[in-house]
Amino acid sequence: MAYAARHDGLPAIRPPLMKRIADASAPYLYSAPALILIVAVMLVPLVLGVSYAFRDIQLLNPFSGAFVGLDHFRALSQDQAFFRALSNTLWWTGASVLLQFTFGLTLALLLDKPFHGRALAQALVFLPWAVPSFLAGLNWAWLFNPVVGPLPHWLYGLGFMSQPTNILSDPQLAMWGPIVANIWWGIPFFAITLLAALQAIPRDLYEAASIDGAGPVQRFLSITLPFLAPTIAITILLRTVWISNFADLIIVMTNGGPADRTQIVASYIFTQAFKRLDFGYASAIALVLLALLLAYSLLIVILRQWLLSKD
Amino acid sequence: MRTKSAFLTIAHRLAILAYIAFALFPLFWLLKVAVTPNDLLYTEGVRLWPSRASFEHFDFVLRHSAFPVFFRNSLIVSGSTAVIVTILASLSGYALSRFRFRGKYWLVTLMLLTQMFPLVMLVAPIFKILSPMGLTNSLTGLVIVYTAFNVPFATFLMQSFFDGIPKDLEEAAMIDGATQFVAFRQIILPLTLPGIAATLGFVFTAAWSELLFSLMLISGNEQATFPVGLLSFVSKFSVDFGQMMAAGVLALVPACLFFLLIQRYLVQGLTAGAVKG
Repeated sequence: MAYAARHDGLPAIRPPLMKRIADASAPYLYSAPALILIVAVMLVPLVLGVSYAFRDIQLLNPFSGAFVGLDHFRALSQDQAFFRALSNTLWWTGASVLLQFTFGLTLALLLDKPFHGRALAQALVFLPWAVPSFLAGLNWAWLFNPVVGPLPHWLYGLGFMSQPTNILSDPQLAMWGPIVANIWWGIPFFAITLLAALQAIPRDLYEAASIDGAGPVQRFLSITLPFLAPTIAITILLRTVWISNFADLIIVMTNGGPADRTQIVASYIFTQAFKRLDFGYASAIALVLLALLLAYSLLIVILRQWLLSKD
Repeated sequence: MRTKSAFLTIAHRLAILAYIAFALFPLFWLLKVAVTPNDLLYTEGVRLWPSRASFEHFDFVLRHSAFPVFFRNSLIVSGSTAVIVTILASLSGYALSRFRFRGKYWLVTLMLLTQMFPLVMLVAPIFKILSPMGLTNSLTGLVIVYTAFNVPFATFLMQSFFDGIPKDLEEAAMIDGATQFVAFRQIILPLTLPGIAATLGFVFTAAWSELLFSLMLISGNEQATFPVGLLSFVSKFSVDFGQMMAAGVLALVPACLFFLLIQRYLVQGLTAGAVKG
């Protein structure tokens, strides 16, 4: 770059060949270690995993490994547990994202107002984000446990339960356990991202609007919301994909039970690979999940294009 | 008008307090059970603080269980991962921030895609690849896997920090005869120290929390990380709540320390990546 600055009519002194090669390869040398690692540990296994979906791979069976074509997918289309996991995934993702977003947005709006001790309050409410997910899961599982946790007794005292039992072992209610833990753990993420977006809104807009006589609700609807909309859209989309794959809390709290009522697709894949050591079948489910997520992302992109072209 | 705004202020403070209570209550309860002696655990079930607190569970966990080993393993894995990722990500982040080169678009796309697809897909193939190399049931194997998983996000993070540093600085140094790499190492990196600290913190916390791959790749007690150890402890001795929660409090300590360190960069960092939790 420094050589391009010579425009004084003298013939430019060409740098030696070695130097030019070194300059041209610099960006590749800087990014090579990261790239090699990503390819070796993520891309290669991904391709290999796709091939497993069409093979019979069982860890404990040395004679497995043969090509089985679409057998796994045929089995999958008959697998009741898989379809239950699919509808559980929708329920788990929908409830988690919606509630995390609602509480996260409220928190961001509360923290956007300057007040005494805001820095401390912010540090405290964001703390759950730093708690390791397995510990968040165990912590909530203990809170729901009537032996050591207060929640069943409180719910009983308030009349929501006929007796203090563990909701994690109740097939009708079990999904709420991981969802509540997920809300607790995920509110900070939404609040942090939305707070950053809120603080980027120019303050004089609000002043101008209130001089023009706009009330707080009107200001929220015509200034805050339009400014936040892109951030809201992108975080919700990314979070939806992320949470639908997020199996930690479920594996720790219920392990998919009772009677598969809390099994989501991601935890089902993990169970097939980890407990049954059936890598072929696990990879086939994973491939279906990947296809569904791609379809979802594609749908969003098309929807966005359509909305943009409408304006 | 005045009573109305006072009312709004009080409602605002109460709402903030409610959020703080919700955020802290589970952690408080963890600590409460951890310091409750066994004989009081059942008789004083829902009391907010036991009538007699003791550190006997911590004492037991630290002296008579395998948790110090788990703790050390997790520290080794998360610490090495954080250091290696930060080095690799400063290099690649610098490339993305300062150079225009063929294939840059594809590099960025690849890194973004790795943040989107379900990592649980990789559990089986990675096990099959690492197993013949003797890297299953080994801390080195875990460090390799975690490093790869965290490099893309850390690269975007470091790139955003490099973008904030004016280019003139290294151009001046290069006119004075320094090579770009020397300028990068001696001028740019020292200026990015806060960013480096934030990246270290993010990656350390992520590696400290990872569960699925360590469950799959590690089997014995010797190499178990904290999540694996705690879970096997829970399924084996599911009655000793005091000890489990004492172990849980210990697992919380490093994560919370790092959180306090990186708290300042949280808003900047998460908006830079905005992809990963």
